[in-house]
Amino acid sequence: MATTAPGNLLMTTIDKAARWARTRSMFPASFGLACCAIEMMATGAAHYDLGRFGMEVFRASPRQSDLMVVAGRVSQKMAPVLRQVYDQMPDPKWVISMGACASTGGMFNNYALVQGVDQVVPVDIYVPGCPPGPQSLMHGILTLHDKIMKGEIAS
Amino acid sequence: MTDETGAVETEEAVEVAERPLPDNEVLRGLFEPFEDVGWEDSRGQDVARVPNERWLVFATAAKDAGFEMCVDVTAVDWMRQRPDRFEVVANLLSMQHRLRLRMITTAPRQEPTVASLVPVWPGVNFPEREAYDMFGVVFDGHPDLTRILMPDEWEGHPLRKDFGVGTVPVQFKESHKVS
Amino acid sequence: MSDDAKTLDVWVAGTEEPELAPTDEGAQEISIDESGRRLDEQFGRVVEDDYVFDDDTDEDERMILNMGPQHPSTHGVLRLQIELEGEIIRRTKPIIGYLHTGMEKTGEQLNFSQGGTNVTRMDYLAPLHNELAYSLAVERLLGIEVPPRAAAIRVLLTELNRCSSHLVALATNGMDIGAISMMIYGFREREQILAFFEKTTGLRMNHNFIRPGGVAADLPPGWKDDVAAVIEELPRRLGQYDDLLENNPIWVARTKGVGVISAEEAIAYGITGPALRSAGVDWDLRKAFPYSGIEQYEFEVPVGEHGDVYDRYRIRVEEIKQSLSIVEQVMDTIPKGDYRVDDRKVTPPPRARIDESMEALIHHFKLFTEGYKVPAGETYVAVESPRGELGCYLVSDGGARPYRMHTRAPSFSNLQALPIAMADSLMADTVATIASLDPVMGDVDR
Repeated sequence: MATTAPGNLLMTTIDKAARWARTRSMFPASFGLACCAIEMMATGAAHYDLGRFGMEVFRASPRQSDLMVVAGRVSQKMAPVLRQVYDQMPDPKWVISMGACASTGGMFNNYALVQGVDQVVPVDIYVPGCPPGPQSLMHGILTLHDKIMKGEIAS
Repeated sequence: MTDETGAVETEEAVEVAERPLPDNEVLRGLFEPFEDVGWEDSRGQDVARVPNERWLVFATAAKDAGFEMCVDVTAVDWMRQRPDRFEVVANLLSMQHRLRLRMITTAPRQEPTVASLVPVWPGVNFPEREAYDMFGVVFDGHPDLTRILMPDEWEGHPLRKDFGVGTVPVQFKESHKVS
Repeated sequence: MSDDAKTLDVWVAGTEEPELAPTDEGAQEISIDESGRRLDEQFGRVVEDDYVFDDDTDEDERMILNMGPQHPSTHGVLRLQIELEGEIIRRTKPIIGYLHTGMEKTGEQLNFSQGGTNVTRMDYLAPLHNELAYSLAVERLLGIEVPPRAAAIRVLLTELNRCSSHLVALATNGMDIGAISMMIYGFREREQILAFFEKTTGLRMNHNFIRPGGVAADLPPGWKDDVAAVIEELPRRLGQYDDLLENNPIWVARTKGVGVISAEEAIAYGITGPALRSAGVDWDLRKAFPYSGIEQYEFEVPVGEHGDVYDRYRIRVEEIKQSLSIVEQVMDTIPKGDYRVDDRKVTPPPRARIDESMEALIHHFKLFTEGYKVPAGETYVAVESPRGELGCYLVSDGGARPYRMHTRAPSFSNLQALPIAMADSLMADTVATIASLDPVMGDVDR
């Protein structure tokens, strides 16, 4: 609307504040499927603590969460369920595709798996590994936080 | 069939010499009454080759002989290598005698059907459904023969040899450079 | 009774007493309950929720509830269709297949030495057991025996894996029933064991370390200190779990008498592992059909009595202790020697020799491009995984790849116990029952 300098400054500051708030308490929705889910749980546990980022609560209901970490292989039967859970999440929402199977189908290039979860939902961060260790997943989550803070990823 | 005494004698002698039987007491007692069931030793494990129509009868006899648990039922697709395309394999376990036994039967290419073992051991319910889902072998008498691993509307039976693996060529997608 | 005049069943003072016979017209029937239960409830002698235990609900009042596949308490992607009558579960139908990965088909595309990478991802909480069952099956077909050091290393790793798997089971069991700090404790202990695995095998999970012919590499120097640290630390921490769970009357009340499976049902349904032993059946494959030299170590098999959730939890805690005792014995008695069989047709030559000898180079090339050929035949080998009997049925037609590789998954069969264990129990006990059976969906769906 108004392009005067004070107006823009205000919007930018509010925008920055909003982005800061979003990154500082991102609630993940539990979508652990296979082996990567165990590593995700280990990331939330005491040794590699996700609680220091405000993320140790894995909300059971997608309606209360911001981030969906697709941890594990997505089979043909599970793909519609994945899409439904994604649709149930309110904006702004982000998706991290954790592991090789979620990113590209991994070592299972066959009839049973969806070759990459980005065929079903839009993905923001891909974390490679089979399974990715907690440090890798943490790096992926922090990269997502950085990108949101810088404004590269809106929602 | 009554023949001359001479012919019957040679038949009997040939039969006793040809039919191998297992050493173990319990197994020998199980195999003896069944003349059309062959016993094999596969790398030290006992295998019973059962004709398709005697599948349920032999299984019931095995359970009475002490094989309380059926561990697994699965199938193998031999494609053109054997006259009957499918083999159905059941692994049995006897806890009281500490024995294992494998029962193998065959099912033809067209409309492969085998009697279901659910009346004998209820625990083969899921494994038989899986064999049906993956191979298309129909288990006669199964209470709920539906797809278990693949989606309900899936067409085809994935573990058959003529069902392709479904490899998808690697797609290189455009992605933004991560700084 | 009367036709035109409605008789009031109210007595107005000054009038004659009306007939106080009960009518059927819209009046509530006062029926005398023979058992006197209703009167007892009204007088407060018995406190019962008569909505729950009301016997005259009919079929219309049943509700079908769908639990999962995305659910925090179903271990992985298990979907349950539960037919509820109030709070009581009448029927359950588990629907699986949401994690089907086509691993048996993939197993036919990979050669025998690559098969371990595939099999290890089935039961992802006990990956070394999967690899062990597969390797034993391949070795049986090949007709080779691994050297004693390799067998001892296998026992060491699989028993530690049993500990780490049971720790996850206890952690999720606790968290599902409400003792949320159990999750943190279980995973904290597990990190110690996983650190040792990372040092030895290179990976925290899905190791691909136990291969046909032996193991992939020898134990690293200093492994005894790491293992000794685990053996010392873990029993003390188990005491902490006892404080949280065993001495907690809420935990005991929520797990005793819940999810009962009797021994006959368990055997008929092909259930093995802690679920079978909790029903009182003393059956453990490590004692019945020993493998990999485990008969040289002394250990006990804990057996329960009632077949309920509490017994299964108790068995898992005891099994951790017994596994640690086996690990200690292995540590003390491990023989020196080769960590894999010396047959050059199966085992790749050491890397240094490739530069020196042409033969070594050719062997290495053939083994890693084509793979070794296994003589035709079929076999079934089973090991005792933390969930039960984990078996591998392997058919070879003489080539370099399995013709058919089928895994007998313990969780697949154990799930058939779920409708029985949950029948006529309360909805809130579902979570405890599932957690106690400890299904791993990768194992179920493969």
